[in-house]
Amino acid sequence: MSDENDTMTDGGTVPDFLVDTPASSRPNVSRMERATRFVDRYFLTQARIAWTDWRTRFGIIVLGLFVFTGTVGVHLVPEPGINEAETYMTWFQSWKYPLGTDNMGQPIHKQLVHSTPAVLKMGLAGAIFAAGVAVVVGTVAGYRGGFTDYVLMLVSDILMVIPGLPLIVVLAAIWQPRDPFTVGVILAIDSWPGLARTIRSQVLTLREEEYVEASRSMGVSIPSILQKDIVPQLMPYVLINSAQAARGVIFASVALYFLGFLPYTEMNWGVMMNEAYSTGGALSNPQRAAHWLYPPMLALVLLSFSLVLLSQGLDRVFNPRLRARHSKTVDDDGAEVMNR
Amino acid sequence: MNYYAKRIGQAIITLFSVITITFVLYRLMPGGPLEAMREQMIRDAVQQGQPVNIDQVNRIIELRTNVDPEQPIHVAYYQYLVDIIVYQDFGESIWRREPVFDILFRAMPWSIFISVYSLLIGFTANILLGAVMAYKEGSYFDNVGSIGATFLNSVPYYVGAILMLSFLGFQLELFPTRGRYDPNTAPGFNIYFMASVVHHSILPIASGIIVGFGGTALSMRGNCIRVIGENYLHVARLRGISDNRIALRYVGRNAILPLYTRFMLGIAAIFSSSIIMEQIFTYPGIGWYTFEALTQRDYPLLMGLLIFFSTITIIGILIADLTYGVVDPRAGTSDREAY
Repeated sequence: MSDENDTMTDGGTVPDFLVDTPASSRPNVSRMERATRFVDRYFLTQARIAWTDWRTRFGIIVLGLFVFTGTVGVHLVPEPGINEAETYMTWFQSWKYPLGTDNMGQPIHKQLVHSTPAVLKMGLAGAIFAAGVAVVVGTVAGYRGGFTDYVLMLVSDILMVIPGLPLIVVLAAIWQPRDPFTVGVILAIDSWPGLARTIRSQVLTLREEEYVEASRSMGVSIPSILQKDIVPQLMPYVLINSAQAARGVIFASVALYFLGFLPYTEMNWGVMMNEAYSTGGALSNPQRAAHWLYPPMLALVLLSFSLVLLSQGLDRVFNPRLRARHSKTVDDDGAEVMNR
Repeated sequence: MNYYAKRIGQAIITLFSVITITFVLYRLMPGGPLEAMREQMIRDAVQQGQPVNIDQVNRIIELRTNVDPEQPIHVAYYQYLVDIIVYQDFGESIWRREPVFDILFRAMPWSIFISVYSLLIGFTANILLGAVMAYKEGSYFDNVGSIGATFLNSVPYYVGAILMLSFLGFQLELFPTRGRYDPNTAPGFNIYFMASVVHHSILPIASGIIVGFGGTALSMRGNCIRVIGENYLHVARLRGISDNRIALRYVGRNAILPLYTRFMLGIAAIFSSSIIMEQIFTYPGIGWYTFEALTQRDYPLLMGLLIFFSTITIIGILIADLTYGVVDPRAGTSDREAY
């Protein structure tokens, strides 16, 4: 499905990448070209297909806005300063501070912008970690079968059963992570087993395909078969489930920060909610601090709604089984992982 | 292998793994709990101007965590296993100076009470909603329901909990905002106490229902639609089987079976979520102790929490697993060729 797009990006000099030619007979391709081709094959092609569904379009646009806020927006909006304005201004009191201020006079909207990067970093780290581990475990278990499969699936079954949050809390207590990327990885520690199982069941059908059997009978090594024949077929599943994993990690991290379970140096939505709750007393005294608690919550809901729509849309576009059977059905297994 | 033996075996292996994980975290982590505790005790002793006795410090650590820092690893591991499994000795809480098992065992029924009710009510509601949406596929109800379920699915459960606590608890004062029961009632088998227990549990259970809401309904809807299109249903209709029987025995049963994995994950998810829920509602179940254990660096209590939560979850899943074999006779896997 990606061949025509390959010609578009690098001028059509590409040999068929799926054929396992020996390194000597391949034309020299620079590292840059190879990276472009990788990105194109694994992500851009999928994105072009995905764009056809309104859900994915909505998800991508909203997600893009968040990424924009987290990368460019941080430079556009200056950091909030202490005593910049009156304390505890509610929303829509002045044009300069549309969302009001907190107990130290810091404008809420600036805090909101500056706590976005940490949330996105955690989600990204979690998604990459969960997807990476799941792909390796799922493909190896599904393809090798036998004892390897048994052991790997036993491990993921065990991890699936162990309640995630208590384990994460214990690990966080011991390691005291502060870096958003580390936090993301720790929080994703229990979100890969579900995806690994989904991928494994996909691989179980893929491994019987004729072209895979051809590679096998030609004596292609298992890593190459997995890398070139199997993983590209799984990319939609991986994308769908990474969106879910990112959502799970962001859910859990904001909750843990909100309750003050994790130490922090960088602002994020959970920390804002925690301060609004504990310092501002937002729940028992909503006139004073509700405007401080709700914006980060709203941002969280919006971000997770866009991730859910994105993964549902991707599912609809990429899952031919669903598309063929019924245009309105929703997947019954796998795609929708735990809602911690 | 026999399905039941396999399931029970797996539950036992999982339990052992959890205990092993706690041991590894205690003993093998560089800068882990044992070292942190030892440093803390030495610092306290120095601050109070007392001489530091390393042997005594090690003995106290052994008493509290069951892990002997002096013994070789395999001996310490064996002792740790025996203490936990044979004597139910989870060590002693540093902060509360009480055996961890007693603290958590007292709190356990409350957590189970909340979790089981929210899981069962939530699951039933979702399944009914999904089935109705599937039967009215394409209707106004179906469209609104699908969008609503998708939206609810993307609202984090604790956001729901905070909103309910804020509006129903603090502003409208319909429900109590903290605690397990009214302290003015006498605990026991009397109507006032039981009414206050129910009253206090409504908000936590309601937000527990949100934990899995939406996703299950959408899956149920998808499954039902698929089953309705199957050929054997046409045959059933031609045979003149009543609509109710078709809805319950033919569609319902077949559509619910694939949701079983989701139910199992729901068990793990709901016990996990009680760490956050009980904190928000100040509901002293097992999860409520997490915050205290974390801030006080109370490692024995923390490890006890992990083992307790895992044990409850494993038992829950085992029950679901064993009963599933009765419902679905196809349970069990076939062997595949290994490459």
